[in-house]
Amino acid sequence: MSRTNFATFGNELYSGKRSYPFVAKRNLWFLIAGIALLISIIIPVVKGGFNLGIDFRGGSEFTVSSTQDTDPAIGEQAVTDVVPEAVPRVTNIAGDTMRVQTERLSDDETLSVRGNLADGYGVGEDQVTSSYVGPTWGEDVSRQALIGFGVFVLLAAILMALYFRTWKMALAAMAALVVVMVLTAGLYSLSDFEVTPSAIIGFLTILSYALYDTVVVFDKIRENTADMKTSTERTFAEQVNLAVNQTLVRSINTSVVAILPVASILFIGAFLLGAGTLQDLSLALFIGIILGTLGTIFIAAPLYAALRLNEPELKKQEEKVLARRSLAAAST
Amino acid sequence: MPRTGTGTAAKRTLVWLGVLTALLATLLGAGAHWSTASWSPRLALDLEGGTQMILAPRVQDGSEITPEQLDQAVEIIRQRVDGSGVAEAEISTQSGQNVIVSLPGTPDAQTRDLIQASAQMEFRPVLAGGPGQAPAAETPTPEDQLPTPAAEPQNASDPNWITPELYQEFEALNCLDPAALEPAEEPAPADEPMVACEPDTQGKYILGPVEVPGTDITTASYGLERSQGGQTLNSWAVNIDFNDEGTETFREVTERLYAIGQGDPRNQFAIVLDGRIVSAPTTNAVIPDGNPSISGNFTEESAAALAEQLKYGALPISFEIQSEQQISATLGADQLRLGLIAGLIGLLLVAAYSMFQYRLLGLVTIASLVVAGVLTYLAICILGWTENYRLSLAGVAGLIVAIGQTADSFIVYFERIRDELREGRGLVSAVENGWRRAKRTVLASKAVNLLAALVLFFVAVGNVRGFAFTLGLTAIADLIVVFLFTHPVLRLLARTKFFGEGHPWSGLDPSRLGGIPLYRGAGRLRQPGEGTVKPVVVARTKNKGASAEAERRLTIAERRRAEQQKALAGRTGSSQKETNE
Repeated sequence: MSRTNFATFGNELYSGKRSYPFVAKRNLWFLIAGIALLISIIIPVVKGGFNLGIDFRGGSEFTVSSTQDTDPAIGEQAVTDVVPEAVPRVTNIAGDTMRVQTERLSDDETLSVRGNLADGYGVGEDQVTSSYVGPTWGEDVSRQALIGFGVFVLLAAILMALYFRTWKMALAAMAALVVVMVLTAGLYSLSDFEVTPSAIIGFLTILSYALYDTVVVFDKIRENTADMKTSTERTFAEQVNLAVNQTLVRSINTSVVAILPVASILFIGAFLLGAGTLQDLSLALFIGIILGTLGTIFIAAPLYAALRLNEPELKKQEEKVLARRSLAAAST
Repeated sequence: MPRTGTGTAAKRTLVWLGVLTALLATLLGAGAHWSTASWSPRLALDLEGGTQMILAPRVQDGSEITPEQLDQAVEIIRQRVDGSGVAEAEISTQSGQNVIVSLPGTPDAQTRDLIQASAQMEFRPVLAGGPGQAPAAETPTPEDQLPTPAAEPQNASDPNWITPELYQEFEALNCLDPAALEPAEEPAPADEPMVACEPDTQGKYILGPVEVPGTDITTASYGLERSQGGQTLNSWAVNIDFNDEGTETFREVTERLYAIGQGDPRNQFAIVLDGRIVSAPTTNAVIPDGNPSISGNFTEESAAALAEQLKYGALPISFEIQSEQQISATLGADQLRLGLIAGLIGLLLVAAYSMFQYRLLGLVTIASLVVAGVLTYLAICILGWTENYRLSLAGVAGLIVAIGQTADSFIVYFERIRDELREGRGLVSAVENGWRRAKRTVLASKAVNLLAALVLFFVAVGNVRGFAFTLGLTAIADLIVVFLFTHPVLRLLARTKFFGEGHPWSGLDPSRLGGIPLYRGAGRLRQPGEGTVKPVVVARTKNKGASAEAERRLTIAERRRAEQQKALAGRTGSSQKETNE
C-alpha cells in the first residue's frame, strides 16, 4: 500500500466512510475465538502437557573435570547423540571443569552420555560424574508468580473499572486477555518448544502488552461514547465500531513497530542459533503481540458493545437513531 | 502572547530533560569514579557467568535431611538472596542432598555470610555473666573457690548447672578474640549448658540448656514500640510470634524468669544463633500469648537485623559451603551478540517504518526512542550499582519489546494530532488538542504497565522479579520521554514553516489527511466564499444539544455536506484566533 493510499485509508476510517464491521459481526469473531480456544486447550491435553524444561522438572547433571578442551559444543553433541530432542546446557566451571545439564535421563542414557563426554573431552570415564539436579524454578517460584499474576489481574480490573467508570470494560478486557493467553499457550505447546523461565517471562510480557493495547483502544471508545445520551448520530454499537476503526491505523502501526524487533530476534534465534532462550522468548512474544492486537479489536471491543447493548438507555437511544434515519430516508 | 508562551514553556521542558539526563550521567560518573559503578550494565548469570556455591546442609540432630526440609532451605536461601538486591540468582538442589546457589559476579563477604548464615537458633536462660566482661579473667578463681553444684539441677535456670569445668571455661573465654566470634562449627548439645559471647555488648555468659528451639518461631517483625496505653513510642522493638508449642514453653519460662526478679542475671534469657548471643533481654513480664516483644537500645537497623535473624532462624538447618567455583555464562556469548544484532536490525526496521508512515515526523519517533534508550541505559547502570540489578537475556528481550510500547505512545499522539488536523484545526492547536487527548490515553495505559511491574516485583521471586523491574523501568522512561521530549519537540516543530505549512514530507500534510485548512501560514487565508458554512453546523461545536437537534432534521444529502463542512467550522474558529495573535 503506498503512502498516499495509507493516508487515505486512515482518513476514510476516521470519517467513517470506510468501516470494518468489528462489532456487527461479533458473533462470528466469538465463534472463531471459541473454536480456537477449544483447540488450544485440546492440543496440550492430547500432547500430554507442556514440554517443561529442566528448570521446572530438574534433570541430570554431568561434571567433567580436568579437561583440556572447554568447548561447550562437545558437551551438547555428547547429549544430543544419545537423546536427539534434548536441549543441554553446557557451562564451563572454574577453568578445567565442564558442567552439562539436561533433562532427566534413564540409566542407559546416562551411561551412554557419560561415555560420550569422556571421549569428547578426552578424559577417563572416572573423571565424569553424574548426579541429579532439582528444579531452579520450583513450586515456590511458580506459586509466587501465580499469586502475583492473580493480584495483578484483579487490581488491573479494578483500575480499569474505576478509570472507565464501568466494570463492563474491565470484564471485556479481561475476557480478551484470557483468550490471548490461552491461545498463546496452545500455539506454544503446538510448536513443542521447551517451556523455560524465559518463556514464562515472555508470557508475562504479553500479558502486559495485551492489556496495554486494550486500554489504548478502550480510551478512544470512552471518548467516542462520552455523549451517547445526547447524540443521535450513531447507535452505541456503531460508535464503538467507529472508535475501533479510527484507532485501526494506530493498532496496525503499533503492532508493526512492536513486532519488527521481535521478528528479527525470532528470525536470528531460529535460523542462526537454534533452540535457546532467544527463540523461546521471541516466539512467545511474536505470537502474543499479534494475538494481543487482534484480541483487542475482535474480542474486547465487540464484547464490550455486546455487554452494554441491552441497557435500557442505550436501547432508547438506538430507537431514536433508527427513527431519525427512517425519517431521513423517507424525506429523500 | 500564548504563542511565544508555549514555545518558551516547551524549551524550558527540554532544558529540564537535559538537566535530568545530565544529573543521571553525573551520578553514574561519580559512582564510576569513586565507587563501584560501571558505565556498562551489569549482566546476569546467564550472560556473564558468576559463582556457584554448593551448600551442604547440616541438620541439628545430625539426621539425614528430608526433601521437605531441603525445599524449605531453598526457599529461605532464595529469600535471603532476593533480599540483597534484584540480581537473579539460580537456586536448586543436587542429588536431593545439597543446595546449589549460583550468583552473578563474585559475591561479597556479606552475601556469602548471609547465604551461609545458619539458622541454629535457640533460646537459653542466662545462668551467669553479663555485658562488658569480654576479656578472659586475668586472675582465674582458685580451684577451691569454684562453684560446685550442690544438687541435680531442677530447671534450666538452676545455678546447679554450673560445674567447676564450665566455670573455668567461662573465665578463660576471650570474647575479644575474633576466633571466639566465628559461628560455631558444631551446634552445642541442646540439653547441656554452654558459654557464649554477645558480640554487640562485649558480653560473656553462662547459659542453661535450650528451652525454646528457633523452630518454634512462626515469624518475627520489628516496629515502633507501643506503650501499655497503645501509644506509639519513639523506640524500636522486635516482635516475635511463637507457634502453639513455643507459646506454652515460653509462658513457663517467663513465669520462672520473671519470678527471679530484675537485677539477677538469671532474669535474662539469651537468643543464641550459631553459638553466638544475638540478644540477651531481661524478662519484664510473663508472656502468656506467645507474642513477646524485645525492646531496648535498638536502632531501626538493628531491630530489622534481629527480626530477620529470628525469622530465618526458624530453619533447623545450617549450611556449609562445600565448594565455591567460578562458572561461565550458561548462554554462549553469541546469544547476547546475536540478540543485540537482532535488536539493532529491529530498530532499523522500526526507523524505516516510522519514516515510511510519518515521513519526517518519524525522525521525532526515532529521536524519542534514542532519548528513552539513553535514559534507560543510565538507569540500568545506576541501578546495577546501587541495587545490584542485572540484565539477563530475558531482560534484554524485554527491553527490545519495550521499543514497541514506547513507540506506541508517540503513535497514539501522532494519530490524535492527525485526527485533529482532519477535523480541520491548524497544526499548533492540533498539537495542543491532540496532546490533551493523547495524554489521558498514555497515562492510563502506562498505569497498567506500572501496576503489573509493582505487583510482580513485590509478590514474585527470582526471574519474575527481575522482569518486573525491567517493565517498570521502561514504563517510567517512556513517560519521561513523552512528557519531557516528544511533546515539547512537537510544540516547537509545529511553529516551523516546514511542519506548520504541512509540507508533503512533514507527515502532517492536511491535504493528505483529508482537510484543507483555511489558514496557510502568514496572512494567507483561503477566500471565505469557498466553503459555505451552515450556521447549524457552526452551532454544533458550540452547543451539542442544539446541533444534534438540528442534525436530526437534515436530509442525508444535507447531512453529508454538513459533515464535510463541519470540519471547516472548527478551522474558521481556530484560524481566526491564530491570525488575531
